Amino acid sequence: MCGIVGLLVKTPALSERLGELMVPMLIGMTERGPDSAGLAVFTAALPANERKLSLYSGLTEEGADFNWQGLAHDMKAHLGVAAKVEAKGNHAILTAALDPEVIKRWIREHHPRLYLLSTGRSIDLYKDIGTPADVAARYDFMHMKGTHLVGHTRMATESAVTPERAHPFTAGEDFCLVHNGSLSNPNGIRRMLEPRGIHFETDNDTEAACRFLEWRLREGDDLEIALQKGFEELDGFYTFLMGTPDKLALIRDPFACKPAVVAETDDYVAIASEFRSLAHLPDVKHAHVFEPAPEEMYVWTV
Amino acid sequence: MDSLNFDLATTPLRELNQFLHHEAKTGQVKQVTVLNPDGAHNIAVGLDCPVEVEVQGHAGYYAGGMNKTATVTIFGSAGTGVAENMMSGKVHVKGFASNSAGASAHGGLLVIDGDAGLRCGISLKGGDIVVGGSVGSFSAFMAQAGRMVICGDAGDALGDSLYEAVLYVRGTIKSLGADAQVEPMSETDLAVVADLLSRAGMNHAPTEFKRIASRRELYHWNADANQEY
Repeated sequence: MCGIVGLLVKTPALSERLGELMVPMLIGMTERGPDSAGLAVFTAALPANERKLSLYSGLTEEGADFNWQGLAHDMKAHLGVAAKVEAKGNHAILTAALDPEVIKRWIREHHPRLYLLSTGRSIDLYKDIGTPADVAARYDFMHMKGTHLVGHTRMATESAVTPERAHPFTAGEDFCLVHNGSLSNPNGIRRMLEPRGIHFETDNDTEAACRFLEWRLREGDDLEIALQKGFEELDGFYTFLMGTPDKLALIRDPFACKPAVVAETDDYVAIASEFRSLAHLPDVKHAHVFEPAPEEMYVWTV
Repeated sequence: MDSLNFDLATTPLRELNQFLHHEAKTGQVKQVTVLNPDGAHNIAVGLDCPVEVEVQGHAGYYAGGMNKTATVTIFGSAGTGVAENMMSGKVHVKGFASNSAGASAHGGLLVIDGDAGLRCGISLKGGDIVVGGSVGSFSAFMAQAGRMVICGDAGDALGDSLYEAVLYVRGTIKSLGADAQVEPMSETDLAVVADLLSRAGMNHAPTEFKRIASRRELYHWNADANQEY
């Protein structure tokens, strides 16, 4: 099992309430995924020369006591650029006007056990082990704001229960994916991508799908063409929900082995594995509720 | 007291189901309304008395499963496995139904006003299913007995490995499964479709339906087929 949730809001008022609307969605999927939870929130994009990196310190010796402000101080001293760090325990979002490859290389050299969760101009990412309610409280999901988000509750089947194997997975910049299901050819996908210089960080099957689709997007495919290639190359059971700076995209495998339901109103589009996670949303009784068809692409734009 | 409300926003589902399994059998309460179902699983499962249950909203997995003699009406959509393994009675979904609706039903009538997902009527064992909309792929897979009336279209592999269940489709069939074939409608078929449509409250001319049944070539192993069916 596993639970997926997604929410895209169409009014500034709801954008302010994004986290508050989402937390019950995530908690509603606890029975489907009690071991880990995660969330990617997309906000207004930073200027073109800036990047934000979501970082996880749980694998360092300091853990949640990691000296985030010391990190910003050292970066300024070494790289000559001021970095802003917003920390929430073992997670932090570091923002700087610098080539992200330079930041990543510096982090690898000076803090090799600091784990990079995401890079981009729009995406903030949090994921950890624990129940959805615990993870949501740990990182104050309730007060998150933004235009859209992708969330996940995990019941691990294909790899160990660790923070880095929780979803969402990211690849490249401002792209994330969550998965309910299991792939049967992730190793084949890895063997195809690794000689192309694409580096994997876990043994998780979902990471293969995430890196495959991001590779297609980077090669110039638009989202629809990339997803079509996903249907051709990715074998197994899946409902995938993906986030980009201005879109949410959903696909289900041809056998619709894993569930999904959508509720759409003039104000929002909400996606979840089951209706249980949508029942609390405003005016959901008048929403257009439907089940996405297998092997179809559903793309919603902010 | 002829009727009773259970509000699942404030009452645990188990209280509802225990009432339906025990007190409802005395026949004093004839009608139960379920408010705020909010996609909960296992609403009104395993009923064994002629009570009427109205679910006001969307139901989760297995609603009305294993039903015997009761009438369960869902004024919303139903999740996976609605009326699975029903024995008798009626389950009526006013919205759409997800995958495996009516799976393995031995008897009774399942009516779905909207579309049904994949594998509708899989392993049907004698129940009847009427779908107002379309059904997804692999519907009636290995269906052994009973009838399915599909007013819309059918997806891929309809009736794959059918036994003696009979399917009636009004719209188009994307593809038939192994061993399923379209057959002419007899007078009996027209009467069956008219009766099921009438009991489902749907209004179509039975002459608009095609009959799909088993070619019965998979009943015995054929070594010469080289695994091609």
